[in-house]
Amino acid sequence: MKRLKLTLAVVALISGSVPALAGGPRLVYAEKFADRNCAWCHGPSLQGFFKAPRLAGQTSRYLENQLLNFRSHARNDPLAKQYMWGAAANHLSLQTVRSLSVYLSRLNPKSADDGQQVLAARGRAIYRGGIPEANIPACVACHGPDAQGAAAQGAGQIPRLGGLSYYYLKRRLEQWGEGYNATASRPMPDIASKLSVNEIDALASYLSFVR
Amino acid sequence: MAITPRHLRLALPAAVVAIVFATAGRAADADKGAAFSQQQLQAKIQYCSSCHQPSGQGYLGATPIPRLAGQQPQYIKNQLHAFIDRRRVNFYMFKVAHSLNPAMLTAIADHFHALNPPPLGSGPPNLVGAGKKIFEHGVPDAKVPPCSTCHGSEAKGKGPFPRLAGQLYPYIVKTLTNWDKERGQGGTANPDTSAIMKPIAHGLTESQIKAVAAYLSTLG
Amino acid sequence: MQVLSSKPAFPSAILALVFLGLGLAGGTGNAQGLGAHRAYAAPVRGYPAGGLQGKIHYCEDCHGPSGQGYRGYLPIPRLAGQTPQYLENELQDFVEGRRAHHSINLSEVHHLNPQTQTALASYFNTLNPKPIGGAPRRLVAMGKTIYEAGLPDANVPACSVCHGPSAGGHGPIPRLAGQLYPYLLMELEHWDRERSEAGLGTPAVMRRVAHSLSNSQIEAVAAYLSYLE
Repeated sequence: MKRLKLTLAVVALISGSVPALAGGPRLVYAEKFADRNCAWCHGPSLQGFFKAPRLAGQTSRYLENQLLNFRSHARNDPLAKQYMWGAAANHLSLQTVRSLSVYLSRLNPKSADDGQQVLAARGRAIYRGGIPEANIPACVACHGPDAQGAAAQGAGQIPRLGGLSYYYLKRRLEQWGEGYNATASRPMPDIASKLSVNEIDALASYLSFVR
Repeated sequence: MAITPRHLRLALPAAVVAIVFATAGRAADADKGAAFSQQQLQAKIQYCSSCHQPSGQGYLGATPIPRLAGQQPQYIKNQLHAFIDRRRVNFYMFKVAHSLNPAMLTAIADHFHALNPPPLGSGPPNLVGAGKKIFEHGVPDAKVPPCSTCHGSEAKGKGPFPRLAGQLYPYIVKTLTNWDKERGQGGTANPDTSAIMKPIAHGLTESQIKAVAAYLSTLG
Repeated sequence: MQVLSSKPAFPSAILALVFLGLGLAGGTGNAQGLGAHRAYAAPVRGYPAGGLQGKIHYCEDCHGPSGQGYRGYLPIPRLAGQTPQYLENELQDFVEGRRAHHSINLSEVHHLNPQTQTALASYFNTLNPKPIGGAPRRLVAMGKTIYEAGLPDANVPACSVCHGPSAGGHGPIPRLAGQLYPYLLMELEHWDRERSEAGLGTPAVMRRVAHSLSNSQIEAVAAYLSYLE
C-alpha cells in the first residue's frame, strides 16, 4: 500500500512537472508514453541523464529519424544498440513515433551546462567558423546561430545542439570517427571524423552551455 | 421617323468619310497617348536600362542586348512600332514595346540618342581590317553596296538608317545572319523598311559578316 | 546534472551504475590517443582530407552531395552547374565582406587560395544532379510567365534575357535552374540584407528587380526555377 502511494505520488509529481499540451488525444498519449517509457533513462521532464540525451525541445523530424534509425539499425553505436534498438523496434508504431516526436519537440529544454568552461570560447570559434584549413565546415551553417537546429519544412532533420550534455555530444562526435552511424546522417560522418579530440572537447563544452 | 432610301444613299459616303478620318486620326495618335509624368518616364527609361544598361552601351547577356546609345531616334521609334506590329518578331521586345505609353516614345528615344559611352568592343580585332574594307567599299561581286552609303561614313546613321558604330559584335552577327527570322515578318501585306537590308544580308558570307561586325564594334 | 528527487530512487541508481560501468569499460573510444588530429592522419572511410578532393568534400558538407544544395539552418545554395565566373565572384564577395548573412559570418569558410578557387569553380560547373525540388507546384506556371517575360507594366525586365531562356546563366550572370526554392526566396526577399551594391556578382539591376517583385511573385519565380534542370 505504501509502495502504491509512493508510486502514485511520483506519477502525480511527474505529470505536474510536464506542461500540459493542448494537442489532442495523440499528444496526451505521447505524454503518458514518454513518462512511462522514456523518462527512466532520459530523465524527468526528458532533460537527459548521463549519456541518455535530452529529448525536450529537440526538432521533431530529427527525433523521428533517430527512432526510425534505431529500428533499422542505421544508428549502430554501442549505446544505441544496447538501449534503443529494443525500445524502438518493440514498442513504437509509426504513429507513436510521430506523436512522440512532436510532443518532445514542444517541451522546454534546459541547458546541461556541464562542459569545461575554459574550452567554451574555442568551441564557439569552431562552431561559428569551422576550421577551413582542415576542411571542417562551420556548424552554424546547418545548426543555426544558437545551435537550435533547423525546424523548417524540409530541413527538420537537423538537430538542436544547444544545451545538450557535454558527455553526450562528445560521445556522438567520437562515434562517427570510430565508424559508427555511418549511413544515416550526411554530412556528419565526414565532418566529425576529421575533428581532433581537443576540438571535440571544445565543441561539446561550448554547446553544453548554449541556451 | 422611317429610314428612306435617300438616307441610305447619304449614309454610305458618310460612313466612308468617318472611317477614313478615324484611321487618319489613329495614325496620328500613334505618337500621342496619355499624358505621363517625369517619374513614369524615368521609371520606363530605367526599365530599358535594366537590359540595355544605364549607359546604353548594350550587354553581353545570355542573348546579346544591343547598344542604344547614340542611336537614331527615328530608328528606335520605328523598331518599337515594328515590335508591336510584329513586323519584327522578338518575344521580349514585343511585350516591352506594348508596355510603353506611345506618347513617351520620343522622350525615350531622345534619351538614348544623347548617350555616348565608348563601344563595348566585343569583336575579334584581327577581322577589323577586312571589315573596314567591306564597310567602305561593299562587295561589288555580290552586289553589296558600301554600308557607308546609307549608314554614314562614321556608321552613325541618319533618320531611319540606324547607327552601327559601337554596336555589339555578336548582335550584328546574329542580326545579319538571321535577318529573315526576325525582320520583315509582316509579309507582303505589311511591308517593312527592313526589306532593303534583306538582299544585303543574304549577299554577305559568314566571314564577311563577322569581319564587318568586328569593325563596327570598335567604332566610337 | 538533473536532480532526481521526483523519481523512485532504486531503478535510477541501477541505471546510473550501468552507465558508469559502460563508461569505464568502453572508455571514450578514442583509439588514436589525445591530441591526434585525424585530418592529418590516414584518411577515414575513403574521404581524402587534403588537396582539392578534401576541399571539394568541405564544400559539399554544406552545399550538399554533388553541390545540389542543402536545407540547413540557412538554405545553402546549389553550386552544381553554376557558371565559374559567378562562383569566383561570390567567393571574393564573401571573403571581402561584400556579401554576408546577417547573423553568420561566412568570410572564413569561403576563404580559399586563388588556384583552389578556380579549380573548385570549374569542378562544380561540371556537376549536374537533379534539382532537390520541394516547392509548391501550383506556383510554377505563374513563375514561368514572369521568368520569361518579366512584368513590363511594372518595369520588371524579363529574367530570361540575362539569365538565359533555360536559366543556365552566362559568364558572371548566375545559373538559376535547379536552385533551391528557399534560397531564391531568401535572396530576392532580402536582397539588401544579403548583398551589397558593391558586390562583384551584384549588378544594380538586381536590386531594382528584387524590390519591384511582390512576395507572391518571388515565390512563383522561385518555385519555377527550382524545378528547372
